[in-house]
Amino acid sequence: MTDTLTPVLSDIWDADRSWTLATYREHGGYRALARARELAPADLVELVKASGLRGRGGAGFPTGLKWSFLPPPDGGPRYLVVNADESEPGTCKDVPVMLANPHVLIEGVAITSAAIGCEHAFIYLRGEVVHVYRRLLAAVREAEEAGLLQGLRITVHAGAGAYICGEETALLDSLEGRRGQPRLKPPFPAVAGLYARPTVVNNVESIASVPGIVLGGAEWFTGLGTPKSAGHGLFSLSGHVRRPGQYEAPLGITLRELLELAGGIREGHRLKFWTPGGSSTPILTDAHLDIPLDYEGVAGAGSMLGTRALQIFDETVSVVRAVSRWIDFYKHESCGKCTPCREGTYWLQQVMHRLEEGRGTPEDIRTLEDVAGNILGRSFCALGDAAATPVQSGLEHFREEFEAGCHTPARDLFPYEASALATAGTASARGGREVTA
Amino acid sequence: MTTTQPAPTGQVVPLVEVTIDGVRTEVPKGTLVIRAAEDIGIAIPRFCDHPLLKPAGACRQCLVEVATPDREGTLRTMPKPQASCTLEVSPGMVVSTQLTSEVADKAQHGVMEFLLINHPLDCPICDKGGECPLQNQAMAHGRATTRFVDVKRTYPKPLAISTQILLDRERCILCQRCTRFSDEIAGDPFIELQMRGARQQIGTFDSGVLGFAGDAPVGAAELDDSGRPFASYFSGNTIQICPVGALTSAAYRFRARPFDLVSVPSIAEHDACGAAIRIDHRRGVVLRRLAGDDPAVNEEWISDKDRFAFRWQVAADRLVAPLVRDGEDGSGPLVETSWADALDVAATLLAQRRGSLAALPGGRGTLEDALAWSAFTRVVLGTNDVDFRSRAYGGAEEADHLAARVAGSGLDVTYADLDGADVLLAGLEPEEEAATIFLRLRKGVLAARTHVTVLGPYLTRGSAKLRATLLPAAPGTEAEVLEATDTFGASDGDRPRIVLVGERLAAAPGGLTAAAALAERTGARLAWVPRRAGDRAAVEAGLLPILLPGGRPVADESARAEVAAAWGVTPPAAPGRDLAGILDALRAGELAGVVVGGVELEDLPDPAAALAALEAVRAAGGVVVSLEVRRSAITELADVVLPVAPPAEKAGTFLTWEGRPRAFAAVFDTAALGDAAVLGLLAEEIGTPLPDASMPAWRGQRVAAARLDAPAPPEPGPGQAVLATWRLLLDAGRGQDDEPHLAGTARRAVALMAESTARGLGLQGAAEVTVRGPRGSVTLPLVLAGVVDGVVWLPFSPRERAGAAALGAQSGDIVEVTA
Repeated sequence: MTDTLTPVLSDIWDADRSWTLATYREHGGYRALARARELAPADLVELVKASGLRGRGGAGFPTGLKWSFLPPPDGGPRYLVVNADESEPGTCKDVPVMLANPHVLIEGVAITSAAIGCEHAFIYLRGEVVHVYRRLLAAVREAEEAGLLQGLRITVHAGAGAYICGEETALLDSLEGRRGQPRLKPPFPAVAGLYARPTVVNNVESIASVPGIVLGGAEWFTGLGTPKSAGHGLFSLSGHVRRPGQYEAPLGITLRELLELAGGIREGHRLKFWTPGGSSTPILTDAHLDIPLDYEGVAGAGSMLGTRALQIFDETVSVVRAVSRWIDFYKHESCGKCTPCREGTYWLQQVMHRLEEGRGTPEDIRTLEDVAGNILGRSFCALGDAAATPVQSGLEHFREEFEAGCHTPARDLFPYEASALATAGTASARGGREVTA
Repeated sequence: MTTTQPAPTGQVVPLVEVTIDGVRTEVPKGTLVIRAAEDIGIAIPRFCDHPLLKPAGACRQCLVEVATPDREGTLRTMPKPQASCTLEVSPGMVVSTQLTSEVADKAQHGVMEFLLINHPLDCPICDKGGECPLQNQAMAHGRATTRFVDVKRTYPKPLAISTQILLDRERCILCQRCTRFSDEIAGDPFIELQMRGARQQIGTFDSGVLGFAGDAPVGAAELDDSGRPFASYFSGNTIQICPVGALTSAAYRFRARPFDLVSVPSIAEHDACGAAIRIDHRRGVVLRRLAGDDPAVNEEWISDKDRFAFRWQVAADRLVAPLVRDGEDGSGPLVETSWADALDVAATLLAQRRGSLAALPGGRGTLEDALAWSAFTRVVLGTNDVDFRSRAYGGAEEADHLAARVAGSGLDVTYADLDGADVLLAGLEPEEEAATIFLRLRKGVLAARTHVTVLGPYLTRGSAKLRATLLPAAPGTEAEVLEATDTFGASDGDRPRIVLVGERLAAAPGGLTAAAALAERTGARLAWVPRRAGDRAAVEAGLLPILLPGGRPVADESARAEVAAAWGVTPPAAPGRDLAGILDALRAGELAGVVVGGVELEDLPDPAAALAALEAVRAAGGVVVSLEVRRSAITELADVVLPVAPPAEKAGTFLTWEGRPRAFAAVFDTAALGDAAVLGLLAEEIGTPLPDASMPAWRGQRVAAARLDAPAPPEPGPGQAVLATWRLLLDAGRGQDDEPHLAGTARRAVALMAESTARGLGLQGAAEVTVRGPRGSVTLPLVLAGVVDGVVWLPFSPRERAGAAALGAQSGDIVEVTA
């Protein structure tokens, strides 16, 4: 099964001091940039368009098309902003990329900047990952000192820790020094983004995939994956699997295949439910083991590919408890701008806690359903929708567990200790392709 | 609220056809769906939307279902309901509101329910209860019962945002109208959202809320009198646009129920802007004032002074009955008497001295009052010794300017003209002296339609908010600087040019002459902006020694003949004395009396000299008759005091600086009489009834505009500086008496000068400076700012401490400055 894996971004993660410029160059790093510099900017955009690369941050918007939305140059600045504010529960792909091989991102930034005519690029990093921040700063310095950036300025900015700043317009406000809340669109960032100038905002993995496309060509890239979901992607398996970690594979791989790579569900247990792309994507069950994990396949099953953060839960886990924790997160992280997300999560949290404690009422379940419905599609940005989906999909697949919350605490039905990956005082039982810095 | 989108003037906007709830309509391109619906009478509930603020889309109350045609023309319904307050119409769009769409109705019910789960059910004790958009729309679009059985969010309350604005955070629905107003309209983002999610709240910079370790905000923060980060002159508008009872007025809180109030539209009396207001009263007491809605003048905004300063009209020192001197010889104290007696005494005293009397009618009256004063002076007193100016002024140069270019000129430059022009301000700080002009200029500036250049000693905060270009001029050099200016603005003449001269420019010799010449040189239109509500009407009525009503020159025989024909009495032919001349003549015994109305002694250029003049004329057996609303330093000197009505108790017409008539009705029907009525009675008593003095504008030859050359600039010696000063919006003015909450939001009184000036005066590191003038000295905290070198700026008359008024010096005079 190992040929299922297509290590591109993760190719050199096991090399000695993989994060250094020297290691990266030993493995062919920055050759793509040299080649890109021989191409006209428009050709670069066309190349990425032809590759079929779609945004790896979750929404899946075609990357090359996004670049082509920039208005023609008017002499003023144009910006590339890399969204590295990875904050969704379960999502853990960008941080390892930047930790283990920051230069592939820097090279992607340099190529993209050349393609869109940007002289000052920004990497907006989730502020909590200080070790990644240091790696990025060092990598930018190395690239600069090696003369690789040729005048391109790259600013690595550490955010202050808000989920909302992963929303691209809130990210721009935050980067400008304002309160991070989503902006009204239009104007879209391509027209008036950072400092009201044309701006491309792309996810780390999208930009880091660009050097590979430049070297390998569009055909190589489209040769991976499925017709509408080309290329490779990092699949982050976490939870009740034997070998959690990053599995880089072509889009369209199935969970069944990934579980085989990861050694299966932990010993003596079976799959109960999973998220295909982080907590904001509706949960799926063991009935969905064979759906292709590409944009269309997952959408067809009523969920979203999202960030390919596969959180695996076995039969010991209470869905009510899991949803309750996610709602805690969304309530805590709601930016407060719009009513449905701000008030809805406040309400959902109280109802979910009551159900988890076994003190719910049948009315609570109807309320839960209705409140989630009143958030979904009514909020200002997509992050409000994200709060509604765990509730809705939980109710869809496991309604009986919510009903049980009207009389029995979740802890009694699903003893929490049984779900634990490690018990107090013992080391983590984790293994597999974990990367250590 | 207005229902139309403000469109840039002079552009033809194409129409777009849309269908809303089955009704086809055409609206200008760019119209928001919520406005298009309003236009055909469909009200979509909303909270964050406000027609004068940028769309926010925050509350999500106005969700509607929208379908648009695709490339083939097939209607496609958008997958999510759309916020109608942020969505612009597009051709062929089909909108279904709550009236026709279950999806929209359900979405709106859902949002309303969300808004209510954390909203307290305290409507019975809430100021907004009864006029509350949340209450009203919850009744129309909400559930009858609540499903929320959980714990509501609570906060300590109220939070004092300033001495005047109180915030009940638990009532707040976070629509951000207040923060958007403060940022977009006033330019004073003194409140902002803090925290996030369900804990998101409005507040001033609060280290407690934000969890800061301590320390003040980074950067220069102005402090108000309480030492907090600054307040705003326009903060009261946030109370009015708050769609719930979250923001309340400290002065009005818990005083009344909206449904017990009677509302009367009126006009604000504090400046020459003529802002529309609404006066709410109950059982004979004014309880609050709100902004009226007048797109041509103040749109929907007023200054805090217009809103909160109204109790002066019923202050404890309000005159209720006429006063005369006790005792046979008229030397006793003032005692109350009947109107009949007071009119008899006044008529007798005045009739005896007819021919050697003058009038100082002030500048706070209505047009009707001013015309009565004009007729009374000419017909009853038989003189042209009249001057409405009771402030630092420019003598003959100013009188000539007003006669030549202002009187009878009708409506020329208007508010609308300011939005879309290159504007030069000379002797005018709009935020302090004409708040409505400030807001209109700012609107134009933010839309990149207007550019402001300001002539002054430093770029004030108000000017900075207008992104103004400073034309630096030390007081006394205004004329010289204007003469040296060939152009202004940022459009190379593509936009109309306008020069606005404030009344203060008159006090700089040659200033008006130079401004008029500059206007002529640059093809600019020229307008005069006085501070007081009655000044423009006084000019129109001819309350100047050289002027008759309608801009008629006293010296012009045919003008006098027109007046004679209209009045039935020929006005005196000889030009009269102006303010200084009248005071000199009173002191010298050349005049035997004066009738004074609406003049504050402290406002006069030299209060001590004026006091001496009034005392001298009485000592010499002359007479002082005073018409006043409240007791003042001048009523204390008068032989007869005739009480007159404040604006709330009379009907009348203010003229704005534009010349726009602003008629208002009496709020209360009281026994108090306006100036015109009192003067009419007095004239009857004297036996010379007043004619109706109103006259159409003069079409004949005008007074030739004065030409005064720029004088030599003042040259301060060692230890000296040139004084610059003007009145701030909130100060010790008697119109703001009895308003402690308002007073708390006044600017801190400080002395401003350049660092180089301070160094030159040996004031390095000084926390305070003492400024000495001929009559006294004041000590104020020193703030270093970009003031023209050699100049010290002081507020004229702050409420809490002495200001420039105490020096006995005028702007442009040289004062001593020490640490």
